[in-house]
Amino acid sequence: MTYRRRPSPLHAARAAVGGVYCLALGTVALSTEHPLVLAAALAAVVGSSLLAGLGRELARSARFAIPFALVVALINPLVTREGLTVIARGPDLPWPGPLDITLEATAYGGVLGLRALIVFLTFGLYALAVDPDEVLRIFRRISFRSALTATRMVPVLARDARRMADAQRCRPGTQVPRMAVVRAVATGALDRAVDVAATLEVRGYGAARRPPRGRRPWSRHDLAFAASAAALVAIAVATPAAGLAPFAPYPRLEAAAGAGEWSLAGAIVVCALLPFADRRGIVR
Amino acid sequence: MSILALHDVTYRYPRAQEPALRNVSLELDEGEFVVVAGASGSGKSTLLRAAAGLVPHFHGGEIAGSVVVDGMDTREHGPGHLAASVGSLFQDPESQVVMGTVRAEVAFPLENRGWPAAATARGVEEVALALGIGALLERPTSELSGGELQRVALAASLAGRPRMVLLDEPTSQLDPVAGDELVWLLRRLNEEWGTTVVLADHRLERCLGAADRVLAMRGGEIACDGPPRTFLEWAASEEPALQTPGARLFARAGLRPPPSGVKEARATLRAHGLLGDERADLDAPPDNRGLRGERGDERADAVPSLDTSAHRVPSPTARRRRREKGAALRFDRVWKEWRGGGVALRAASFTVAPGERVALMGRNGAGKSTLLRCAAGLDKPTRGRVHAVGRIALLLQHPGDYLIAERVGDEAPAAALEAAGLEALRERHPADLSGGERQRLALTIVLGEGEAPAAVCLDEPTRGLDRALKGELAALLRRLAAQGSAVLVATHDPEFAASFAQRVVLMGDGLPVADGPTAEVLSGGW
Repeated sequence: MTYRRRPSPLHAARAAVGGVYCLALGTVALSTEHPLVLAAALAAVVGSSLLAGLGRELARSARFAIPFALVVALINPLVTREGLTVIARGPDLPWPGPLDITLEATAYGGVLGLRALIVFLTFGLYALAVDPDEVLRIFRRISFRSALTATRMVPVLARDARRMADAQRCRPGTQVPRMAVVRAVATGALDRAVDVAATLEVRGYGAARRPPRGRRPWSRHDLAFAASAAALVAIAVATPAAGLAPFAPYPRLEAAAGAGEWSLAGAIVVCALLPFADRRGIVR
Repeated sequence: MSILALHDVTYRYPRAQEPALRNVSLELDEGEFVVVAGASGSGKSTLLRAAAGLVPHFHGGEIAGSVVVDGMDTREHGPGHLAASVGSLFQDPESQVVMGTVRAEVAFPLENRGWPAAATARGVEEVALALGIGALLERPTSELSGGELQRVALAASLAGRPRMVLLDEPTSQLDPVAGDELVWLLRRLNEEWGTTVVLADHRLERCLGAADRVLAMRGGEIACDGPPRTFLEWAASEEPALQTPGARLFARAGLRPPPSGVKEARATLRAHGLLGDERADLDAPPDNRGLRGERGDERADAVPSLDTSAHRVPSPTARRRRREKGAALRFDRVWKEWRGGGVALRAASFTVAPGERVALMGRNGAGKSTLLRCAAGLDKPTRGRVHAVGRIALLLQHPGDYLIAERVGDEAPAAALEAAGLEALRERHPADLSGGERQRLALTIVLGEGEAPAAVCLDEPTRGLDRALKGELAALLRRLAAQGSAVLVATHDPEFAASFAQRVVLMGDGLPVADGPTAEVLSGGW
């Protein structure tokens, strides 16, 4: 789950634009609850990842993201007491009361799970397609130090986790559970953060002098993804403001699925994927 | 003019019982080449960290006295400010590489100093050329080997020609040739640019020849401060573990003065009339007896001339088959080709017998680590096979990676801890162990309980260990071999190889290029 330069339009775009594009995809997912629009946002993220040459990594992210989304989806019908259409009757427990599962709570759990999945995969797309070195340079001008240490920690911890997993495979007998490795990496994260921060300091990151601003001309990919991000943010803002794609889970599930919703879903997918159509100049 | 001055510095790490530095006072002049010597835990790294401003800015703790670097007092100026004058390289290259590509990594300190883009690009090319990492510039740092990472971290510390460079074990992951090249590069920087070099290393034999001054640390204090010869004379009487192998040999032979390099050693031997006709030795062809070629079969001239009517000499093929039959570990034309990348192993073939102790040597990137990973099943050969008569125990380069429990007692069974002499540490947290203890614990984990493994493989186990700890490790490996396990150790340390191995397999470009008794493979050559 670390960045590597690949021949794709998204990798060819500057980091600031790539980052804003990913942020725009996430904003779309958070701006609406309509399942059709969320499905379009998911298609946009998956499509972007595939067109950026990150299919294998997307599958790896999905191995973690889908179980997480399923947990989110399953918890909601168990804890929510709203909705009129009971699809399963559970026992009458002393404190929470009757444990009835409603269609509405189940559907809304699905919406929340879908949202979580999109946000998770969008973060994965950002980590894999946006150059962290460039991000570091951008933020260096405003000395956003702690966040940058955190940015650098992702590849360092990923490397630690790989090494630790290898070491655990060398243990004789029963294999150590993956969670134990994750816990060990997390436990050492603070020490590693100090190491990384110390390295940033001895390389002069905290120095008073600031590097001169680079003047890099905007490429066709910078412009295309910036336009795409602007369009996606506009959709994210306009959809709730104009009352488009209404969705009400309770008391009875109501979700419009007319031409407007289908058009909106189509617009999201097209806006997100259109910049990938131009593949000129994608190899650095 | 003084570039570094410490006045009565005493420093204690947070929660530490004892100070790491005690009343240290010293002044380094601009243009000096200083080697810092001392056993593990003597305060070498802390001294360098104090000079870089990391002590106390990053580590916290209590400090008394003052450290002034290039006119800046470290109580007022943090490491970021000192970076304009000081380049630093610390022990673990993994945590010192912060950018995604090698080019970005080397450019990073220059950009931080506000250099314009053109000057930064030139600075990157210059240092890449000097350190021979030009081919790595576009590589992602996540794909580099330990040795490559160390070179890249070193390049980042030297970029922009700082007035002083602080280096903590910079050669620990480099092969002997690359290590020597690095020391001479530092000497060149020192002579041509007047850069002050402060270098802490356990392999003193490598750096004393280039040093103007040696600081020997003991218990956080400077125990000796003088030119290399003075240091060697002091070490002979006060701290024999710090003697170089050459100095120890001369002391045993009753020769004086102790040599700080090969040139001095030769002069002393010549003065004592002990140096024979060097030219005749150099002109003679290398002695290949016992050496095997890359296919593992002994060379024709290796077979002694015997009367075959009395002694039937088995053919090389028969000998190889016999050796293969009784092998504990056998590599049979093993290839490892990376997906979308290069080739790490090219039909590597050799065998290790039960109880045999073998050192696997060769340049960085020669395929040593990959071979061990294939032996233990961490990597699958793309072609060829690895045969083992039982379990393979592998200790990778970072022993800390094996330690995931909250207490030592939970890492390995009680009996195994007792056998390894670690039972007293049972209640300690693994993170609180010393480097040597951590390595012993990791080795105990991979050895497991019950039947001894068919082969024990170790990847660069001497990194960061002082001579005493290396001696303990060599003794442990001999014990394991005596119990019947084949021992195969990838190492860049010829002295360590000579101390434990019966045989050396020299790797080059993914396959064994020489294979023979330790004395023959390690002697002669360049």
